[in-house]
Amino acid sequence: MLQLEGVSVTYPNGVRALSRTDLGFAASQFVVLLGPSGAGKSTLLRCLNGLVPPSEGRVCADDLGDIHGPRALRTHRRRTAMVFQHHQLIGRLSALGNTLTGRLGYHPSWRTLFPLPRADRLLALECLDRVGLAERALTRCDNLSGGQQQRVGIARALAQQPALILADEPVASLDPATARHVLGLLHEICKADGIPAIVSLHQVNYAREFADRIVGVADGGIVFDGPTAELGEEHLAQIYGSPAAMARGARPASEGRAKVSAGPPSEVALSETPMSKTA
Amino acid sequence: MSSSEMRSVDRNFGDLLRAEAQGTRRSGLIVGAVVLIVLLSMLDTGLLDAQRLGEGLPAMWQLAGEMVPPDFSRVGDYVRPLIDTVAMSIAGTALAVAFSLPLAFLAANNTTPNRAIYHAARGLLNVLRSVPELIMGIVFVAAVGFGTLPGVLALGLHSVGMVGKFFAEAIEHVDPKPIEAARAAGATGLQVIHRAILPQVMPQMSDVTVYRWEYNFRASTVMGMVGAGGIGFELMSSLRIMNYQEVFAILLCILACVTLVDALGAVLRGRLK
Repeated sequence: MLQLEGVSVTYPNGVRALSRTDLGFAASQFVVLLGPSGAGKSTLLRCLNGLVPPSEGRVCADDLGDIHGPRALRTHRRRTAMVFQHHQLIGRLSALGNTLTGRLGYHPSWRTLFPLPRADRLLALECLDRVGLAERALTRCDNLSGGQQQRVGIARALAQQPALILADEPVASLDPATARHVLGLLHEICKADGIPAIVSLHQVNYAREFADRIVGVADGGIVFDGPTAELGEEHLAQIYGSPAAMARGARPASEGRAKVSAGPPSEVALSETPMSKTA
Repeated sequence: MSSSEMRSVDRNFGDLLRAEAQGTRRSGLIVGAVVLIVLLSMLDTGLLDAQRLGEGLPAMWQLAGEMVPPDFSRVGDYVRPLIDTVAMSIAGTALAVAFSLPLAFLAANNTTPNRAIYHAARGLLNVLRSVPELIMGIVFVAAVGFGTLPGVLALGLHSVGMVGKFFAEAIEHVDPKPIEAARAAGATGLQVIHRAILPQVMPQMSDVTVYRWEYNFRASTVMGMVGAGGIGFELMSSLRIMNYQEVFAILLCILACVTLVDALGAVLRGRLK
């Protein structure tokens, strides 16, 4: 469905955010890009809709080929919705106003100088209803809570009637209970509508809970790629650097990890793994 | 051991005191320099010429005496010019906004198509700002004849310099995140400007516009002096025939209107917050 072919990204300030990467995404999977902050997950995701142009290589969509040039980019972005870590909403606009941003790609520039058609408004309201915010449709977004704002972000993505959803750390700015709820909602909608999703996360427990496939990212490269069940201790160590760092990043997933390693299930024992290995 | 500790404490205090004294000396120097510049400016402009001021004072007193009581006998004749003046300020401000909006997007770092256009737009704004509206008024009176039209053109064009600059600054301080979101949804450049930037800068832009309207009303009262219509024309006529009681009456009418316009502007801007 979407292919990265030898893609690397070096930013103008000389930082190499992504080293040569080949990666393919198939339809209808919930893929999690797992890795610590600064590993290159955001850059990788933004390559997938052209927000960050690759320095080398190309990003190909099934029917469009290389997504390059304004026409292909617009077509590709219209059907590839994105959910952002910081919601990226306009605080002064209502939830409905922000959701309608998802419809801009479907109209020529002159048309959107006028209010959008009734059909678009109805669709946007339906999308808000799916995230449970139909009642708040006319509330200014800066009067909504963090969790509600991110649900508006998801509604805006759904309003694009997307063939793919990209989500960049969608729950990193939320408290754990809200994060779990919002991520669950995104997962549920994607599964119900058969929309494939590529979601970047840094929490191992969420990745294990929701992902069909996990792509481990570390230092701008792919260090693991496989079904969720195959993600083991050694892969986490690679993704998060040291086992100690991994234990910190993965603490809430201790049960899942205990099964894999078949070791003592307590966290203390796990974080002492390196010592027992050297001993 | 304890004595060496004492010495180190002493030395630290000494450093602190010296630094503090240095700070005081520096601010003293700065104050002295400012006072010197102010005095030189006063000397240059004759403000320290006590004799000349002393001679002028009685004349001023006499003039003030000739102004009272204000002569409101022709007050009916001021209504139409005052309405013209209000209309000039509103039309001029509208003209300014119409030209400022596109110019501001060209003159803002984050929306300009390229550096050459950015510098051209900034340069144009600087030029418009630095030509006084009275000069523009004289030019437009020569171009389109007497009346309120040259006044509107002069006010509008001069205002573009300041309104466009402030609009551009508002655009530059916009939150880039919603812009990225709009681009990610496939929005075109124009759609990003209209649907992601304008909603964010609307409060600042409205504030600048209302403020500029207040300013333009005050400025338009003098536009009549160069033949560009409005109450200033009446003021000039009364000044020419040295009817200072009428001049005072007109000034009072202008004061009332300025107070009204400023109050209305303050209410409008309060609503926008």
